[in-house]
Amino acid sequence: MGAVLAAVLGASLMGCSSTGGKRAEERAAKEAAEGRSAVNTPRWTFAMVTHSGDGDTFWDIVQKGAEQAALKDNINFLYSHSDEGQQQAELVQTAIDKKVDGLIVSLAKPDSMKAVVAKAVAAGIPVITVNSGSAESKSFGALTHIGQDESIAGEAVGDELDDRGRKKALCVLHEQGNVGHEQRCAGAKKTFDGTMQNLYVDGTNMPDVQASIEAKLDSDRSIDAVVTLGAPFAAAAVKAKKTAGSKAEIDTFDLNASVATGLADKSLGFAVDQQPYLQGYEAVDLLWLHRYNRNVLGGGLAVLTGPQIITADDADELAEYTDRGTR
Amino acid sequence: MTATGRTAPETDERLVRTSPLRKLLGRPELGSIVGAVAVFLFFAIVADSFLQSSSFGTVLYAASTIGIMAAPVALLMIGGEFDLSAGVMVTSAALISSMFSYQMTANVWVGVFVSLLVTLGFGAFNGFMLTRTKLPSFIITLGTFLMLTGLNLGFTKLISGTVSTKAIGDMEGFESARKVFASYLTIGGVEFKVTILWWVALVAVCTWILLRTRFGNWIFAVGGEAGAARAVGVPVIRTKIGLYLGVAFAAWVSGQHLLFSYDVVQSGEGVGNELTYIIAAVIGGCLITGGYGSAIGSAVGAIIFGMTSKGIVYAEWNPDWFKFFLGAMLLLATLLNAWVRKRAEATK
Repeated sequence: MGAVLAAVLGASLMGCSSTGGKRAEERAAKEAAEGRSAVNTPRWTFAMVTHSGDGDTFWDIVQKGAEQAALKDNINFLYSHSDEGQQQAELVQTAIDKKVDGLIVSLAKPDSMKAVVAKAVAAGIPVITVNSGSAESKSFGALTHIGQDESIAGEAVGDELDDRGRKKALCVLHEQGNVGHEQRCAGAKKTFDGTMQNLYVDGTNMPDVQASIEAKLDSDRSIDAVVTLGAPFAAAAVKAKKTAGSKAEIDTFDLNASVATGLADKSLGFAVDQQPYLQGYEAVDLLWLHRYNRNVLGGGLAVLTGPQIITADDADELAEYTDRGTR
Repeated sequence: MTATGRTAPETDERLVRTSPLRKLLGRPELGSIVGAVAVFLFFAIVADSFLQSSSFGTVLYAASTIGIMAAPVALLMIGGEFDLSAGVMVTSAALISSMFSYQMTANVWVGVFVSLLVTLGFGAFNGFMLTRTKLPSFIITLGTFLMLTGLNLGFTKLISGTVSTKAIGDMEGFESARKVFASYLTIGGVEFKVTILWWVALVAVCTWILLRTRFGNWIFAVGGEAGAARAVGVPVIRTKIGLYLGVAFAAWVSGQHLLFSYDVVQSGEGVGNELTYIIAAVIGGCLITGGYGSAIGSAVGAIIFGMTSKGIVYAEWNPDWFKFFLGAMLLLATLLNAWVRKRAEATK
């Protein structure tokens, strides 16, 4: 045991790399932290409560954006999440109990959040909604909504599929119960001239996702496009396509490092980005602006962060940002 | 259990009066109460907003939503069985009343009672299958769990076209049903949800059944040793089916709360909650092997769970570590529980 430990330590000491690696990352982080806040407002506390599950790539990027803005705006930023409506509502309640100075919530399950958001508004806490809930945001009393209109994003996908001459597409839903996901597929179906089918998979079980897509591609050879609703599922779809020996093009919502690589090497057709970093960053920054200067953005309408269609042409310049986890 | 020199040799050891203190030390929930006090003090120190009066209402509400289910689940575990379908059954109960009322354009209360009947049917199915097939309850209820998960989504999409039910907030009877299942009282500026009353009532009823009725004795008997219980005339089958009906009833109550709080139900929810109920019962002193435990203990377990899950947020800890803290708390509480019980038994 001791010998193994010594060997590992020895190896890591001898084999130092002067470029890259964890140390470079730490140095960069330290330099960023020393930047400190750019404002002289008091240290307000903003809470963000989302419907994210545990360890979600997308929400990690949102959080990074929010933290960057919090650093700049001298904000004490609190993040919590639950994928169950009731739990998420309870988390918002705890934020109200804490008397936070601003609240950011996602409304994937609007009915669960209605009462508690109203309570926050009644308690005088400014609320901004992000990601899901553009339709409900205003009536719930939120200042503004920052996100992507899921129907519009879906329609953009339908148009793009038409441009690429696709005839039969598959829309892969990985989260049963997410209304936004249904809207994406419905939007794509609306503008797409070919036929589109929905396929439900269990997003928490990657091998199952791959097997389900594979089975579908096997059974229906005429499918020439697969649209996944989350970046990690695109990789599973690519694998499924290879095993099934299908010619279908894989397209996806959202972006991450492997999607950027996939776009560059043409294993993926296009990605629809909703710029999660912007959703976190802008939410915190707009709350700060509201507290500081009573500014509100959007003029009563949602502030859209997407859809942005990304193809092989854009992939190269984005690779740097997806690598550091901000795109 | 040896009678020490304290007892007079001619009296039967079973007739000896034990002192109230000793009785208290022998209770299954004692360890969990010590644990609850420890968790409370811990968060009182590390989280400033934990002691605010409004936080009190929030923590109690979180505890009540778990506790309503944990009480009958504890009884079931004392009876030696599990119910893995308890979590999704809550969602099923909510979906049934919502969709029945909407589709039939009936008074909401009609849906609520139809839901009660169907949910009790699920419980009876669990109990009947278990006693008929003699398979472990783990397998039987795992099957029910998966089937209900599928039925919830399948029926909801078939009937409503989407994954959530249609809003029934404007229907007749909704307001009165909301009063019963999802209203709140404001006492001294603090909001107390009505689920807390349901919880207290359920725990009281479960405790009464367990300690004061013949059915309660049967529960301990079938959980301790079903074969021996049957031999002395305990109706094992009836007892076990009764226990599953109890869980189904609580699932119905929780389901109605879910529906009338938000007036729309998401079909995919509830998965994983069954473990939370079992955890609360185990923290509260239920043995996983059956034959030992208490309903009050399950309530204390639910309070520990509520304090921990909300305390971590009040303490502003990074939520990435949330599950770790929860697991550590669970282990510590259970260890403390076991230790206290051992000490209590040693002093007998």
